[in-house]
Amino acid sequence: MSSARALAAAVRAGERSAREATEGALDAVAARDGVLHAFLSVQGDEALARADEVDAIVARGGDPGPLAGVALALKDNLCTRGTPTTCGSKILQGWCPPYDATVVGLLQGAGAIPLGKTNMDEFAMGSSTENSAFGPTRNPHDTGRVPGGSSGGTAAAVAAGFTPLGLGSDTGGSIRQPAALCGVVGMKPTYGRVSRYGLVAFASSLDQIGPFAADVEDAALLFDVLAGHDPLDSTSLSSVPEPTVDALERGVDGVRVGVCPDLIEGCAADVAARVGEAAEALAGAGARVEEIRIPEFAYGLSAYYLIAPAEASSNLARYDGVRYGLRVDGEDAAAMNTATRTAGFGAEVKRRIMLGTYALSAGYYDAYYAQAQRVRTLVMQAFERAYCSVDLLLGATAPTTAFALGAKVDDPLSMYMNDICTIPSNLAGHPAISVPFGGGDDGLPVGVQVLAPALEEALLFRVARVLQEAAPPGGPPEGGVAA
Amino acid sequence: MSAGAGTNWEMVIGLEVHCELASATKLFCGCRNAFGDEPNVNVCPVCLGLPGSLPVLNEHAVELAMRIGTALHCDIRPSTFARKNYFYPDQAKDYQISQYDQPLNVGGWLNLPDGTRVGITRAHVEEDTGKLTHVGGGGRIHSARHALVDYNRSGVPLVEIVSEPDIRSAAQARAYAAELRGILVATGASDGRMEEGSMRVDANVSVRPAGSDALGTRCEIKNLNSLRSLGRGIEYEAARQIALIEAGEKVAQETRHWDEAAGRTDSMRSKEEANDYRYFPEPDLVPLVPSADWQARVRAAMGPMPADRRAGLVDALGGAASEAEGEQIRAVVDLGLDALVTAAVDAGAPVALALARAANEVAAQSGAGLVLPADSFAALLALESGGRLSATQSKAVLAALLDRGGGDPSAVAEEMGYEALGADALAATVAEVIAAHPGEWTRYVQGDDKLTGVFTGAVMKATSGKANGKEVAAELRRLRGPAS
Repeated sequence: MSSARALAAAVRAGERSAREATEGALDAVAARDGVLHAFLSVQGDEALARADEVDAIVARGGDPGPLAGVALALKDNLCTRGTPTTCGSKILQGWCPPYDATVVGLLQGAGAIPLGKTNMDEFAMGSSTENSAFGPTRNPHDTGRVPGGSSGGTAAAVAAGFTPLGLGSDTGGSIRQPAALCGVVGMKPTYGRVSRYGLVAFASSLDQIGPFAADVEDAALLFDVLAGHDPLDSTSLSSVPEPTVDALERGVDGVRVGVCPDLIEGCAADVAARVGEAAEALAGAGARVEEIRIPEFAYGLSAYYLIAPAEASSNLARYDGVRYGLRVDGEDAAAMNTATRTAGFGAEVKRRIMLGTYALSAGYYDAYYAQAQRVRTLVMQAFERAYCSVDLLLGATAPTTAFALGAKVDDPLSMYMNDICTIPSNLAGHPAISVPFGGGDDGLPVGVQVLAPALEEALLFRVARVLQEAAPPGGPPEGGVAA
Repeated sequence: MSAGAGTNWEMVIGLEVHCELASATKLFCGCRNAFGDEPNVNVCPVCLGLPGSLPVLNEHAVELAMRIGTALHCDIRPSTFARKNYFYPDQAKDYQISQYDQPLNVGGWLNLPDGTRVGITRAHVEEDTGKLTHVGGGGRIHSARHALVDYNRSGVPLVEIVSEPDIRSAAQARAYAAELRGILVATGASDGRMEEGSMRVDANVSVRPAGSDALGTRCEIKNLNSLRSLGRGIEYEAARQIALIEAGEKVAQETRHWDEAAGRTDSMRSKEEANDYRYFPEPDLVPLVPSADWQARVRAAMGPMPADRRAGLVDALGGAASEAEGEQIRAVVDLGLDALVTAAVDAGAPVALALARAANEVAAQSGAGLVLPADSFAALLALESGGRLSATQSKAVLAALLDRGGGDPSAVAEEMGYEALGADALAATVAEVIAAHPGEWTRYVQGDDKLTGVFTGAVMKATSGKANGKEVAAELRRLRGPAS
């Protein structure tokens, strides 16, 4: 399977048809997704109709856009008009949004072909995609392992080569961690750089939509389509983004990279070793590498697990059985609410709603929610201090390679630890990327993470590109992996 | 509170007024803000709280809220929105976006006509909920079979105006609500219609022995849907609390529901049952920081408030108004007819006559949306004050003018067959009436001025209302001769 940029170029030039490419993608899904379960639903007819439109535009001599004919996997928390959008939850079963998320409109405007909606941890709460109400997704590199999460379906779809590109959402690492575990590139943009309109909210102050791709160039191509101001999202940034693809070839000469032990020390030895090698690779490419300690990161996880559930407890209140989705009848409205939510939400969602409700309750607010916000401020200040002496930070993405299905489902705290390296960027609203960099002792992919200050996505991609070129063997085979 | 029978009690009242802003669209989306449409036609993903939707603040609504704050002498401050979390089917997101610890308008005041200054704690912006209709079982919540939800109102902008507990009687509470309503209308921020729910008043009521500085336990009274209910509800509630205390019992802090038909308040929920709203900053919105420039533009665009406009009319009357004129001035200003009066006075009409006709005849029609150009009104008043039309004729012409939306009152009067009675005809008719009432005439000549009305009435009857009452009185006085 070719890269998104090669495919789009061929389609725009009339050398390949979008229909043929889309049929190929649909065939691959039909053949292999029975095992992987990356998709919750596939919109084959719509995808083919859209592909025909793209081909028609080319035939007329027009330009369908930079993603012409490129199939794309959408996480199932992105609203798609008239198409089921479940968030991996029974409570939204059967609900079809009457509108498209802003990013979905941007993708269609760029000529991309949304192929289907991908599996995820329920309401994006989880790190393994095992919290989906519709069954887990399997890691294409080893079907006995998880793909990570919560955007595990999209990560698996891209890793399996079903689609060259995919979209996920990242609240505490939900793009980067599954990207690392599946051996693909995953990037969380600056908060506000990509519109959240139409992304079903988990934790509004942390959520951000971002790209998945098989390589850095494709991720940058997709990001450039997504980035920009949206008047429908009040937290959307108004500045006009510069294309990141133009900067990809600039290298890292003179770039100051801070290797952060606080993003490495809690990780398995093989993962830590790969991060060390990545630092050496950057130094070899001309970067000025130094070690930089940010002890405040240690508090990020606790702060995150108060702020995110607090916001979630409010964001998920609307699933009450009154207007859409599941309804389980009760004697009165309150009983109906309770019965609906009891039946409709899974255990992890309920756990976080309770945590968040508690953290916001009278008498506990200051000790929990307000305290967590103070810690968040500390983490932001720590980043600011670090970025006085370095341009970027380097660390691990996830503490381990992909773990076995079922290994952590009964141990929420150990599952939460998966986010320890990714959470600081969400708390600060900064961009960060995970790039495949060799394999672990078990031969499974390892991702290294590059973190940058707000709006430095172009720099992130440049560094990621250098890492990609320098990555040792043992990583994922070119063009996806057979299941 | 140690007070028994015989204590003089004082009421301590604070009011919370919710008013719907008269913006064209809702607070966080582009849906129409309208009352009385078919259910669920003015809705979109945002005001239905659909998953993935996000609010975008309506600047015009903020501007209307700033007008209210300015009119109430509040500080306009950088503010933030918060989520107030509670489950209710009329609430699309199961939280309300409101302002909590950082409201837009803070610390103002409102003067009542009796001179009392009522402090304004805050006036903050928030969204309205949808509307529930209970079906079956007579429409009452507890016996209803099911409920229908109309989300047309969901997301309509509200300003909640919270007063300090500076109000001391039901009459003052009514005066406050009436004065506030006038201000809301004058700023153009709201139509202030209590009957349509665009202005809703809750009262916090407590009582204490007169002269005490301590505050008693308060109850919040809801469902006060008119000025009359507001007054009655407060009177009832204060009496209930006094009776409790005098019987040696305690007032429980709770929310109570006013039942207008039964004339009583009933407990809705106690303090313990009150919701924990779990307020926290709304992450989907950014802070609202009105620039000094914006505030100045809002201030500059505001016209005079009702109190100033009433003072202007009192000045026009020569600095003092009788009680009846005071009432007329209130009515005229409340209905926004003061510009009409002022224009007529500027054109030479007598102030008292202009006020009376505006407060009565014009006001009676203003509810039907009938308006009158100031020049028409002024010309009519000139005819009446000049004796060309009697009061009765003038009112009839005025009605016709209102009906037609203006016109030349002389032409209308002629059309209606109204010609002023000539002096000779008037004198002849007066003489006939005197001849028909010899006894009354004798008493009148002896000084019984009250009989003027009898003669005037008889003359009016004889001339089918064409006579001018003042001229009849003058003729009677002339025939009686100088007072002895």
